[in-house]
Amino acid sequence: MDTNLIVLTLASVLADSSPLVFAVIGETLGEKAGITNLSLDGTILLSAMVGFAVAFTTDNLYLAFLAAMLVGASVASIVAFSSIVLKLDQIAVGFVLTMLCADLSTFFGNPYVRKPGPAVPHLAMPGLGEIPVIGKIFFDQNAVVYLSLLVILAVWWWIYKTQPGLQLQSIGERPAAAFARGANVNAQRFVYTVLGGALVGFGGAAYSLFVKLGWSYHHTSGIGWIALAVVIFGGWHPIRGAIGAYIFGGLQSLSGLAQSVPAFANVPTQVFQTAPFALMIVALLLVSNQAIDRFFSGSPISRKVWQSLRGAPPGALGTVFEQE
Amino acid sequence: MSKTNFWNDLGWGVGPILLGLVLTTLALMAVGADPARAYATMWTGAFGAPEKFSNVVDAWVPLVLGSVGLLITFTAGLWNIGIEGQMVMGAIGAAWVARTVDLPAPVLVPLLLVAGALGGALWALLAGALKVYGRVHEIFGGLGLNFVAMGLALYLIIGPWKRAGIASTSGTEPFPPAAWLPNWPGLSVGPIEIALALVSLALVYLALRGTLWGLQLKAIGKNARAAFWLGVPTQRHWLGAFALCGAFAGLAGAEQAAGVWARLIPSISGGYGYLSILVVLLSGFQAGGVPFVAFFFAAVTKGSVALPLDLQIDSALGGVLQGMIVLLYVLSQGVRAKFR
Repeated sequence: MDTNLIVLTLASVLADSSPLVFAVIGETLGEKAGITNLSLDGTILLSAMVGFAVAFTTDNLYLAFLAAMLVGASVASIVAFSSIVLKLDQIAVGFVLTMLCADLSTFFGNPYVRKPGPAVPHLAMPGLGEIPVIGKIFFDQNAVVYLSLLVILAVWWWIYKTQPGLQLQSIGERPAAAFARGANVNAQRFVYTVLGGALVGFGGAAYSLFVKLGWSYHHTSGIGWIALAVVIFGGWHPIRGAIGAYIFGGLQSLSGLAQSVPAFANVPTQVFQTAPFALMIVALLLVSNQAIDRFFSGSPISRKVWQSLRGAPPGALGTVFEQE
Repeated sequence: MSKTNFWNDLGWGVGPILLGLVLTTLALMAVGADPARAYATMWTGAFGAPEKFSNVVDAWVPLVLGSVGLLITFTAGLWNIGIEGQMVMGAIGAAWVARTVDLPAPVLVPLLLVAGALGGALWALLAGALKVYGRVHEIFGGLGLNFVAMGLALYLIIGPWKRAGIASTSGTEPFPPAAWLPNWPGLSVGPIEIALALVSLALVYLALRGTLWGLQLKAIGKNARAAFWLGVPTQRHWLGAFALCGAFAGLAGAEQAAGVWARLIPSISGGYGYLSILVVLLSGFQAGGVPFVAFFFAAVTKGSVALPLDLQIDSALGGVLQGMIVLLYVLSQGVRAKFR
């Protein structure tokens, strides 16, 4: 394989993974605060549909992304409200919302099926795009891809380098302690969940407005579930989560390439289509298996390296906090 | 139970349904459809003729079987989202028997039902093993396995089990008539599947209520760690719950393959697995509500099939109505608990 092809492949992985990156970062934000938004797959479907529909009717991409973010934020606010105020099971509410949003996207998306519509325009960074390899991969993309990179760094910086970010970690890990130190745990949980939902919605619109243009039945093919798994795989860390998303996107484009290799000609396409989900199970098995823990705990150094790689869920993830 | 309590319960149950109908009506108006005509079409689509009604029963059977299985896993505190794939594997198991075994119907039919239950149970055990031994949450293990099972069905249909000469996603060659579940003349249902659903429901209801096994399962569902320290073999019960739920789901898949389609089709599970989860949620995790909620859902699902043909409205409207009602019901339970 020549360098040019590798560079082009890496550039397309970076671009095609961007919806997944937005979803992973958004979900990480909410889960860091202690709330699981399981509705991700439905949210992405609905926001992808709404994003495309708005772009199709108004021809205004800003409006389209705004509408998609609004959809994501609204769904997330139902999750947050039912969990914080009504103290309901986050998984139950999230699952019902997944189903409902999927059906809503099919119902309202019906008139837009397979219609050609607007797309996010290509926008090479002047100057930077000319840098040989790096420029082609990172700076010869569109605004959404640049934003996805920016969001990874911004969320990482916010969580780990700022005072409010430290508080965000504490309300997800030890809400009672955070509350004792003056944090309004539930208000912050609400804000981060809704903000995360808006990012997920943005990812949905990115999917239908440039990665896989347009709208069709169950258009986003299960990407929301993948995002939920990647959050775990990334150990609830935005940068590791993003790397997980890119690994995932890379493997998917590899399987796309493998399909055209003569040696794999006998492998049916169905195998390749289910590969992402089999891969999801394997990835989760890798980061949560006790046998692998034991394997790495042989020496103190390897244990330390492994622990820093896998990460643990926020201590209070999925639990209700009563602040009286 | 006092009288006021009864009316209270009824109000909290009917309220979400009415509100769900109002919101669905608004959705219909938003796309410029006539709600009255849409609901009338759904009604005649479900109850307009004996054949239509038998289609509703066709959907009711897998919904009840799936819900029965889920009652077991929910009692043990498990989210068996993998039920959809377990139905698919049940259908594949039944199809395998129907295609390879040449026996008279009275032997073949029970055999393929058992093969279906076995296929579902093994697939569910895989999700259970991933949880118990691999510490992979059952939602992700199950969901991933759903996609794998559906891929396998599609692969079999256009690959090794393709119809002679043509590979088409419309399904395999029809099973030999000895492998068909007997139907009432002119209808698409027969006594076997209805009996299967009702007997399964009664058995699981009694087993969860009146046996030590049911009690232990409940203890695990309430607090797995406490149950473990009290000597309940948590892991074994989890695996058992998965296997049993998978068996009922597999039975549903086998029934769909041998009783409704008489062949294996790609979407053989028809979304009934996921829908069963909603049925159980709306039944408040109680066996008593399952047959009625399942019937309502079956009627909505089958009734909305006529919408695109007659009114050019997407049939996903049925799913919107179901999802809306379950969401509002779950939320209303929270509201009720808060203001008690």
